[in-house]
Amino acid sequence: MAELITDTSTSPSGVSDELGAKKFRPGALFRSFRTGAPVLPFLAYVTLGLILPTIAIINLAFRSNAGKVTLNNIKVILCTSGGPSCQTYRAGFETSLKLALVTSIIAGVLGTLIAYAIATSKHELFKRLTAACSGVLAQFGGVNLAFMFIAALNATTGVATHWLEDVGFDPWNHGFSLYKFWGVAFVYLYFQIPLMVLIITPAFAGLKESWREAASNLGASSWRYWRHVGLPVLAPAVMGGMFLLFGSSFSAYATAEALTGGTIAITPIQIGDILQGNVLSGEANLAYALGFAMIVILLISVVGYALLRRRTSRWLR
Amino acid sequence: MASIELGAVLEGEEVADLYTPNKQTSWFMRVHWWRGMMLFLAAAYFIIPFYAAMQFSLQNVQGHFSLQPLTQIAQAGGFFSALWLSTQLAVGTMAVVLILMVPTVIYVHLRMPRFRRVMEVITILPIVIPPIVLIVGVDGVTPLWLKSSQWLLALIYVVLAMPYVYRSLDAGLGALDLKTLVEAARSLGSGWISIIWRVLVPNLRSALLSASVLTLALVFGEFTIASLDGWTTIPVWIYLAPTNNPRINTLVAMIALLATCLVLMLIVSFDRKSRHSRRS
Repeated sequence: MAELITDTSTSPSGVSDELGAKKFRPGALFRSFRTGAPVLPFLAYVTLGLILPTIAIINLAFRSNAGKVTLNNIKVILCTSGGPSCQTYRAGFETSLKLALVTSIIAGVLGTLIAYAIATSKHELFKRLTAACSGVLAQFGGVNLAFMFIAALNATTGVATHWLEDVGFDPWNHGFSLYKFWGVAFVYLYFQIPLMVLIITPAFAGLKESWREAASNLGASSWRYWRHVGLPVLAPAVMGGMFLLFGSSFSAYATAEALTGGTIAITPIQIGDILQGNVLSGEANLAYALGFAMIVILLISVVGYALLRRRTSRWLR
Repeated sequence: MASIELGAVLEGEEVADLYTPNKQTSWFMRVHWWRGMMLFLAAAYFIIPFYAAMQFSLQNVQGHFSLQPLTQIAQAGGFFSALWLSTQLAVGTMAVVLILMVPTVIYVHLRMPRFRRVMEVITILPIVIPPIVLIVGVDGVTPLWLKSSQWLLALIYVVLAMPYVYRSLDAGLGALDLKTLVEAARSLGSGWISIIWRVLVPNLRSALLSASVLTLALVFGEFTIASLDGWTTIPVWIYLAPTNNPRINTLVAMIALLATCLVLMLIVSFDRKSRHSRRS
């Protein structure tokens, strides 16, 4: 998903229709409608398949089951007014945010270090190979990834668990569980780290070799070079990448569901439970409220990413 | 331009080599060691679980390597109907998304370049509205007669596939001299349908291929919407299959992961080849 928006290069093509649009003449409206007509099927599809459902979520998040306008759903999920399942949804939100925060920061830092290790390599083939691998691994996830980790690391029959036992360190004896918070985070890193490598690699290309040479000529140590030149230039790109990782982790459902069998209480899984009818009656509209809250948070992370990206591109010419 | 840059880099390196004091070399050695360690740990994290799961799924009852589990996939209940459903959905999704997007993106490139900004917004939307949220909204607005149809899934997957298809087509069209091609075809008297079918589609072969393959991978990997809508596609089968042997599910999951690798590597190599041939 990240590659989709990390590169928004534009190429000049097609003819400009500015002349026709600037002057307003009778019939211009009709003409511009005729110009636009061929994209109407596409717009209609997006409206029906994406915009209408989104409006429905926003609308129904503020309605009671009887259809009256209310803030009750939002109050319940934020737990401002108490209620039977009050704590559940708020706790789910907190776990979700914590999981997204933890994995995006860890993957952000590790991904940056790995990307740096790759970028400073002199072997062209190695660079190409690792780029291809990150592209592939960033697409892993969902049920398949969960099953891979269950087979490798479950408590009794996990193959890698046995290897670790042989070395004398069984993680399950040290408080690790694949199906709890840190286990899920561990699995998320499998697609988060390659995603970060993909996002951050272009930024390392923007670190000009001449800057390092200039710093070194002026007597700067390697540490001072990073402190005053390298990190300030990289920081927006790293932060932006972390925002994107935050979003990808916050909205992941399949991996967590398949890994834990739906036992970890994060917001996407709670939404799934409501949709499957595994909740008290009268709570159906809470799914819309939870969905709405997710949209708000994801919107913040995307806007943060876009703003930081604009800052980043200043140095990447 | 590339050669000038390369020259500058080479020059810079030479200068650095000439004037670098010894201290600098030891620093470089440190980086080298640190880098090796980093990459080694990363490789361990990415390879060990994969290898372990492969070993787990390709074992016979005695725990030795065996290809026998492969034959058991066929006997596991429901596998083929799940495969058939996923295939149908993939074909349906590809057909709809290509018929919808190919003419639209071509037209936008030719006549409405400013509309491309709107198109680019749709590449952001799947991040703001992920599948788990989209299905909530779709549930709220879909009429009952459509809810009970498997084709609802294909219609939703079209929305999920749009960004990938748009990116591929946009890149493919950007590399063509679209205006010249279309004007040449027009002046030779061909109509729009034959321009698209006989001039543009052959030129966009690699873009169309990667768009279709990405769509295929998406449909075969999508779990959230399929499971919440109650359809047993391949990922849902892996998760829920009533096999008495967990190896089988893991084996199918590993095959799916390997197929993902293969398909994405294919796209990358195809992209490079077409870029290469265009340059030469």
